[in-house]
Amino acid sequence: MFENLTDKLGNVFKGLTKRGALSEKDVDEALREVRSALLEADVALSVVKEFIDKVRVRAVGEEVLRSVTPGQQVIKIVNDVLIEVLGSNEAELLIDHTPPAIILLVGLQGSGKTTTAGKLALHLKNKKRKKVMLASLDIYRPAAREQLRILGEQAEVSVLPEIDGESPEQIAKRAMAASKVQAIDVLILDTAGRTTLDTAMMSEAKEVFKISKPSETLLVADAMTGQDAVQTAKSFSELIKISGVVLTRSDGDARGGAALSMRSVTGCPIKFVGVSEKLDGLEPFHPDRAAGRILDMGDVVSLVEKAAETIAEEDAAHMMKRMSQGSFDMNDMLKQIGQLKKMGGLGGIMSMLPGIGKLQKQMAANNFNDKAISKQEAIIYSMTKKERVNVALLNASRRKRIAAGSGTAVSDVNRLVKQQQDMARMMKKMGKMGGLGGLKNMMSSLGGGMPNPGEGQNSALDPSKIAELQKMMGGNMPNLGNMANRFGGMGLPGLGGKPSKKRR
Amino acid sequence: MALNWFKKLKSGLSKSASKVEGAIASITGKKTVDQETLDNIEEQLILADLGIEVAARITKKIKDQKFEIKDKKEINQLDISTTLASEIEQILIPCEKNLYEDISSSPHVLFLAGVNGSGKTTTAGKIAEQFRLQNKSVILAASDTFRAAAVEQLKTWGNRVGAEVVFGTDGGDSAAVAYKAFQLAKDKGVDIVIIDTAGRLQNKKDLMEELTKTCRVLSKLDPNAPHQKVVVLDGTVGQNAHSQLKSFDEAIGLTGMIITKLDGSAKGGVVVSLAEKFKIPIHAVGVGEGLDDLQSFEAVSFSKALVGLDD
Repeated sequence: MFENLTDKLGNVFKGLTKRGALSEKDVDEALREVRSALLEADVALSVVKEFIDKVRVRAVGEEVLRSVTPGQQVIKIVNDVLIEVLGSNEAELLIDHTPPAIILLVGLQGSGKTTTAGKLALHLKNKKRKKVMLASLDIYRPAAREQLRILGEQAEVSVLPEIDGESPEQIAKRAMAASKVQAIDVLILDTAGRTTLDTAMMSEAKEVFKISKPSETLLVADAMTGQDAVQTAKSFSELIKISGVVLTRSDGDARGGAALSMRSVTGCPIKFVGVSEKLDGLEPFHPDRAAGRILDMGDVVSLVEKAAETIAEEDAAHMMKRMSQGSFDMNDMLKQIGQLKKMGGLGGIMSMLPGIGKLQKQMAANNFNDKAISKQEAIIYSMTKKERVNVALLNASRRKRIAAGSGTAVSDVNRLVKQQQDMARMMKKMGKMGGLGGLKNMMSSLGGGMPNPGEGQNSALDPSKIAELQKMMGGNMPNLGNMANRFGGMGLPGLGGKPSKKRR
Repeated sequence: MALNWFKKLKSGLSKSASKVEGAIASITGKKTVDQETLDNIEEQLILADLGIEVAARITKKIKDQKFEIKDKKEINQLDISTTLASEIEQILIPCEKNLYEDISSSPHVLFLAGVNGSGKTTTAGKIAEQFRLQNKSVILAASDTFRAAAVEQLKTWGNRVGAEVVFGTDGGDSAAVAYKAFQLAKDKGVDIVIIDTAGRLQNKKDLMEELTKTCRVLSKLDPNAPHQKVVVLDGTVGQNAHSQLKSFDEAIGLTGMIITKLDGSAKGGVVVSLAEKFKIPIHAVGVGEGLDDLQSFEAVSFSKALVGLDD
């Protein structure tokens, strides 16, 4: 919905470039757009207001840097404040308590507590080498305890056996006793879903809290929740002392405004996010990534920073030289693939580009992904040194051998060769042009030959498709020209030009 | 029944309702609806998850409306609330549709889909209970072969309402379970088949295709099946509901929606913008965990409850 926030801000600031500083009026206008974006992302209204005030104070009077547009600059400030609000560091679980340390999971119905309990158990067992026990206090939802037992079996941790007729309080006590006997490090208590308006259920939760004195009380919340998120988080944190939040279903397409609200209102860090339906789909929370996503604006600055970190200057200089000569062989291509991967793969780069949401979806729809890149890598690795330098050597039988060696089809090899040749041609052109080809060329060249791991025939994302996509995205990539300049003129994935350091 | 529904919904919506009332209270003693009041109203509508677009438009309607100033020489708060409610009502009324209205074929297949944790299984059980009360025989199909203990959960509901539950193996083909249930219903002359599918996020392409496939497989037994394709939406969901509805509609062609969990502090206001944008019928609302906690959707009562008016 607000994929084009950058674009809107761009319009707001049209004509501002010549002026020296952001005026209050300019900022106000921009912040109205930001407000809408945040509200569409389901950030709670009270949090939005507070947030906007913070940004305003910081943005007014700020010097407009020559290197970025005013719109980008406001976005940078917005982004910085977002990260601040989300908490700048990853928050660890505090479970180094005299065993058993207890983790209590609470939340609304259907927020994902039971699944999270299973994921958390696996995480603690594998990553932290803890001996874990799961216990379900959910005596209400049909088959809730059975669900936890199955998850416990899958995670290969102990699960407190069920006894019918016990109250949640009794189960909690029994679980604590059992985990002492079994020398359990961490006991995870899964509770029934409850609304904060249900006083009976809330007092039950309070009682369990009193009995178990948990080291961590985690509120499990759905990343897709609306304005009510704040209400829920607030009520929970008022009634039970919460130490952290787990945000589930972050792999959906929700902007996750709830994340911002939760953190602000409870004052507790988000400790984990659920990222898939599988048992290992639980990850520590990265505030910075969430910030970009909430605004769906990408972060050009950090892309540049990342490029600078990833690509050694020498490499860049070498690449530059080779490009200007128009020689670009499989070794160069391999290097590029490596760099692309280091920067977090295609997905990683894409997520940092502004307004690229649509393209990303389109790419997913075409199975155009990191797997395809790994496949290309495999193909090149299956070539001899000579072949890598001189592609002309590749006759039919060599291609067959390479395909067999890399576990691909000959058509995949053919496609890669064609892509390499296209790129070599383009590099030559760009070299001549002094390297001002920009992202656009890069995109079409990338699209030109990426093999599709899915079906055979009509699988490659052809340049015309990419061109279409670009047209479709239209004004949504307003600052590409700018960005290309900042890359020193080279297109991705080569990133040959030495990227300029961030200027502030 | 209607009164019961309203009561339950009202208690659920009371939080948001009292807020809207509070916002309008700032009108006390004023002769015109000033900007402060308008801002307050808009904010409260946003807080109720109506979304900024709809909130802004409804607020503008209030602004353009001439309110009568009677002997008290101030605008009556109630007048504003009534206007608000009627604006929301106008959007919702075309979407009000009874879930049990179009049941002509036998067996009739009702297909439930939705994101994880939205309350599909619970809703399946509650719908089965409604059919039982109408003296219709029901088969429940546990098409969720993915989530741990999903089958057991549905079986418990099956026992409660006296419906047979058809299930497959864990991790098995969900479409096969649906097919088997439909076939069985045909053989046994059962009236209704309710298919409970696994929750899935709408951006998971493969999983959405699985839904399309399941519907296709069912249509082999009857070209019109599934006769109803209903998405179950969590009432606490925010603007992401738009994305959900769009994707599920694209995958299976929705015939309606059911909103759950309106017994909490959630407002379910997103329904208003959904109704306006997608024009998909709203059948029912879930207002609790009990067997009879599924109530037919009533636009007028819902709108009134949303702005804190008594029915």
